[in-house]
Amino acid sequence: MTEIYRVEGLHLSLADMTRKPLLGAAPRIEILKGLDFTIPRGAVLGIVGGSGSGKSTLGRALVRLLEPSSGSIRFEGTDITHLGEAALRPLRRRFQMIFQDPMSSLNPRHRVGGIIAAPLRLHGFDDVAARVGRALDHVGLPRGFAARYPHELSGGQRQRVGIARAIALEPEFILADEIVSGLDVSSQAQVLNLLGGLVRDLGLTLAFISHDLSVIRRLCSRVIVLYQGRIVEDRETAALFADPQAAYTRELLDAIPLPDPDQPWT
Amino acid sequence: MLDGRGAIQHRAGPRLWLSALWLGLLVVLALGAPWIAPKDPLAQDLMLGRLPPFWIDGAEPGYWLGTDSLGRDVLSRILWGARLALTVALVAGTLTCLIGATLGLMAGFLRGASDLVISRLVDIWMAFPPVLFSILLVAVLGPGLFSIIAAIVLIDWTRFARVVRAEAMTQGAMDYVASAQVAGRGRIGTMALEILPNVLPTIGVLLTLEMGIAVIVEAILSFVNLSISTDAPTWGGMIAEGRTSVHQAWWVLVFPLLALFLTVLSFSQLGEGLKDRFDPVLR
Repeated sequence: MTEIYRVEGLHLSLADMTRKPLLGAAPRIEILKGLDFTIPRGAVLGIVGGSGSGKSTLGRALVRLLEPSSGSIRFEGTDITHLGEAALRPLRRRFQMIFQDPMSSLNPRHRVGGIIAAPLRLHGFDDVAARVGRALDHVGLPRGFAARYPHELSGGQRQRVGIARAIALEPEFILADEIVSGLDVSSQAQVLNLLGGLVRDLGLTLAFISHDLSVIRRLCSRVIVLYQGRIVEDRETAALFADPQAAYTRELLDAIPLPDPDQPWT
Repeated sequence: MLDGRGAIQHRAGPRLWLSALWLGLLVVLALGAPWIAPKDPLAQDLMLGRLPPFWIDGAEPGYWLGTDSLGRDVLSRILWGARLALTVALVAGTLTCLIGATLGLMAGFLRGASDLVISRLVDIWMAFPPVLFSILLVAVLGPGLFSIIAAIVLIDWTRFARVVRAEAMTQGAMDYVASAQVAGRGRIGTMALEILPNVLPTIGVLLTLEMGIAVIVEAILSFVNLSISTDAPTWGGMIAEGRTSVHQAWWVLVFPLLALFLTVLSFSQLGEGLKDRFDPVLR
């Protein structure tokens, strides 16, 4: 098996509660309108698109926080499209997610050690304390941080905790949803370097959602460009930056501020 | 990378210590009332009616805060009245909290059918005027400790349910809930281990407020003679009685009123103080 995810004809619609009539069901908004793609094992896939393009919805469908309305998602050959929470539980260890806002994704009343240990305990790992320590080592945080609360950390440190929680389970696939968009540029660079290193060292497959093509260009081997719920481009990163096919991709590329306006993307 | 963020200390303000001091003192006095109270709270002596407190001329030694029109010792009656007030505060407050917070947590986090049922129930419940409702309940159930507690729990659970539901809804939208789902934690486990710790400070503040309210409700019910048996010493009953003779013997009204005021104030300040002191998240 060379591909870790195979997505076919993926549709996803959500109820529009603001337009719900007094009686009867709310109308549904179609967010993903038929996506087909695969994620090869070991790839770093970039998912880009403007706001409202469906990139976060797609990510949440991949880790089954949302249930697609039709189409199929296969993870390692298993169809997870409509699996119930109980059936998903054993699989959940294998695909993890890092969230955009670490202030919101780390429970403010749990200590860092407990936050990283909780998924390990749920999946029945035995040497939890040692694994928590190793996960902190991996993300370059001192082991003493296990006793701290999230509000006692800086933004970059918090995001490292989010990464540590995801890799502690030794998953095969990690979804990173806009994980550097809330950080300043130097913290962004540190977190991206860290993530790139972890992907190499741990043999992870990564899907990296971003609206920022310069971040994608640096990290990803392959890019999917989403526009209004459809894939408008799905190519190798280098090829995409050298010769964007879709008009929307060119727009995104043009939106990146360059130090020298005349310098080509190569 | 180690910095000072972990070393920030929380200050405990005077309101925590003052309120805890008064409530602690009251608990000790209430528990020790049979030994501490200088007189029998029910003993009447018409020859010793309306004696003033000890610092005013005409006071009788042993009757520190004076006597009422029937010659009963005011201090002893306040101490015995504290037993009822604190019992009601603790038992009714805790029960109200447990029932209301559980329902609110379910409605706010599990949503769906449980939210629909619980929220409508709260709406209907809150349409009744609370004081009338409690008087009606006690009138139907008959006076007694059980009736007072039942009336408070039945009426005030909505206070917890509503606030906790709103708080649980806010917390339920946070990413750490999604993160728990990604980790494979079930809904009930997430509710108990992720949401509850975040709602707990609010519940704590509400609980102490509710204890203060329970003291007031008990005083209202005994004020209208619907608490426990009519001759038992209660703060509300003393206030009702003192009101009629305020021009001849102000101390019968003022001292129980003062005890009631300080107790309710302390309960409300205790909650805020505890939250400031023990909440790990700096707000």
